Amino acid sequence: MKGRFGSYGGQYVPEIVMPALMELEAAYEQFRDDPKFLADFDFYLKQYAGRPTMFYAADKLTAHYGRAKIYLKREDLLHTGAHKINNALGQAILAKRMGKSKIIAETGAGQHGVASATAAALFDMDCTVFMGVEDIERQKLNVFRMKLLGAEVHPVKSGTGTLKDATSEAIRYWATHVTDTYYLIGSVVGPHPYPTLVRDFQKCIGQEIRADSIKTFGRLPDYVVACVGGGSNAMGTFYDFKDEPAVKKIGVEAGGRSDAVGDNAKTLSGTGRPGVLHGAYSYVLQTDVGQIIEAYSISAGLDYPGVGPEHSFMKDAGVAQYVAVTDQEALDGFKLLSRLEGIIPAMESSHAIAYLDKLMPSTTADEVVVVCLSGRGDKDVQMVARAMGVEI
Amino acid sequence: MTRLEKKLAALKSEGRKGLFIYITAGAPDIETSVKAMLEAERAGADVIELGIPFSDPLADGPVIQESSVRAIRNGMTVEGVLKIVREIRKSSEMPLVAMGYINNLLSYGFSSPPTHPQQFSTVNDQEALKASAGHYDGFEKFVVDAKAAGLDGVILPDVPHEESSAMREISKRNEFHLVEFITPVTTVERMRETCTDADGFIYCVSNTGVTGVKELDFSVINRVAREARQFTSTPMAVGFGIGNAASAVSAAVETDGVIVGSAVVRRLLDGQFDEAMALIRSMRDALDQHYRN
Repeated sequence: MKGRFGSYGGQYVPEIVMPALMELEAAYEQFRDDPKFLADFDFYLKQYAGRPTMFYAADKLTAHYGRAKIYLKREDLLHTGAHKINNALGQAILAKRMGKSKIIAETGAGQHGVASATAAALFDMDCTVFMGVEDIERQKLNVFRMKLLGAEVHPVKSGTGTLKDATSEAIRYWATHVTDTYYLIGSVVGPHPYPTLVRDFQKCIGQEIRADSIKTFGRLPDYVVACVGGGSNAMGTFYDFKDEPAVKKIGVEAGGRSDAVGDNAKTLSGTGRPGVLHGAYSYVLQTDVGQIIEAYSISAGLDYPGVGPEHSFMKDAGVAQYVAVTDQEALDGFKLLSRLEGIIPAMESSHAIAYLDKLMPSTTADEVVVVCLSGRGDKDVQMVARAMGVEI
Repeated sequence: MTRLEKKLAALKSEGRKGLFIYITAGAPDIETSVKAMLEAERAGADVIELGIPFSDPLADGPVIQESSVRAIRNGMTVEGVLKIVREIRKSSEMPLVAMGYINNLLSYGFSSPPTHPQQFSTVNDQEALKASAGHYDGFEKFVVDAKAAGLDGVILPDVPHEESSAMREISKRNEFHLVEFITPVTTVERMRETCTDADGFIYCVSNTGVTGVKELDFSVINRVAREARQFTSTPMAVGFGIGNAASAVSAAVETDGVIVGSAVVRRLLDGQFDEAMALIRSMRDALDQHYRN
């Protein structure tokens, strides 16, 4: 079925935005194989964002575990500090081609907001970023960056003032301004065609891992590991290997502070079950009567109660495996990578790093593990200091 | 014929416009919302829409968002809404339609905790895929129970025509209405499809936006409704942005009725019960004065 991954996905949105989704779908169908569009996208990925990213042999991390060899896919080295820029550039170029002059975006940690504001500045478009009041408070640095880049930050007070509410408000705003506004969604979530489109703009991560692996050690890796909130860096990492069962794909969710309801973001690895949130049928954290449960994580980029529909499909189909690590484990991963490799990872990416503690003992020295280091940790330093009880 | 169809046919033969009143079930509290539904009929409402509160109401503005939060806090659920329907049916045969979001209905009847098999497999697990394909089971159970309780249909603002075929079939089989939407941006081709499959009544969204917007120009939706009329004889009602008697009159030109939600709910939330009923009466009077032959 169109726009479905198995039974997941679809377009559960108000009728008022359907024509806009159809317009987007038609535009994407037109441009996805257009050499000029792809050349444009490729140009900005290379010359502006900094692709391909480094494929770094983390020898000290490898020695620390004494098992499989660990490589880091350095998305953290991209312009603006995370993989989000890949998608923001792709969609902004698409929006421009569609003749849209205004973009809106939702953001949690602010990375997608910054990436969208950056793309809007680059392509001379108006940009409004919807951000929960709670996240605005937690991510002051990114809020200021967005404003410097010329974007307007629209505070969202509804609900608990986090990513879920910001996304709902962005969709509401889109419904009201649907004719001239492009909604630049930040992850592989939302109604069709977004999950497909965002995946396609992120799949360069996995394609580069494939090429680098063959170049570096002559075969594909045994494991690829990535953190999962909405799931865009993980989908970007997994997608090129979806038909390679020998490459084990592991998505790491936020285990938060406990397994209790509302204390984590274990949509796929915990108590989530299929339902509809933000336009797609997918796993979602919800009560027995179908109210969405607010997700929690130390990382503002992972505390989303839903997940991309293609991940739900991959889970059910056994294509990928989904696990979780706690706030504390992620903090330990954050410190470990900083000390061992001199790389301060984003709290989101620290979840993928932290899972190595569980994964590595079961690996062997002739195997290879690739971790997608989706973002850098500069934005998190203040929050980590607070979590460590340090005044800065 | 359902109560809804009978009512809309009777209004048409009298040359009158229908007045649909939306009230969030459970807000400001359960008792008041039930009382408001019953009193609204006496004040001149033809159809009551019982709002099922959802945690993330995408198509609703601040007023319905607020009433939804309050209703959820008061313990309102789909089951609770059906209980209210049974209660109202003890004394009234007015048409009752629920309005809510698909996720609550997909969850209807859910009880057992999910299992999470966690292993790698080298082939796609067809059994797992088949299991998740039955995702309209909750909706079907809802339709059966709702019909038995005395509900005439349901409005799902996050289910566009493209997603409704399975649910439409379930509804038709149970003589239950699944209401379809048209808007000022709906293309003619889609309007034809939607109108051809429409059942009960067609919800005409007056503006590009969410519920609770004020001061609208209703000429656009009247033009759209006129255009849609060539494809269907199903009654139409205009909603979104109707907050007073004058707007009710201007919204209803080309359609069979108007839907009023936020303006009534705002007053109920503010403890202005009598004012809410007075608003309904003023709309009733204005519609009848203006349109009654």
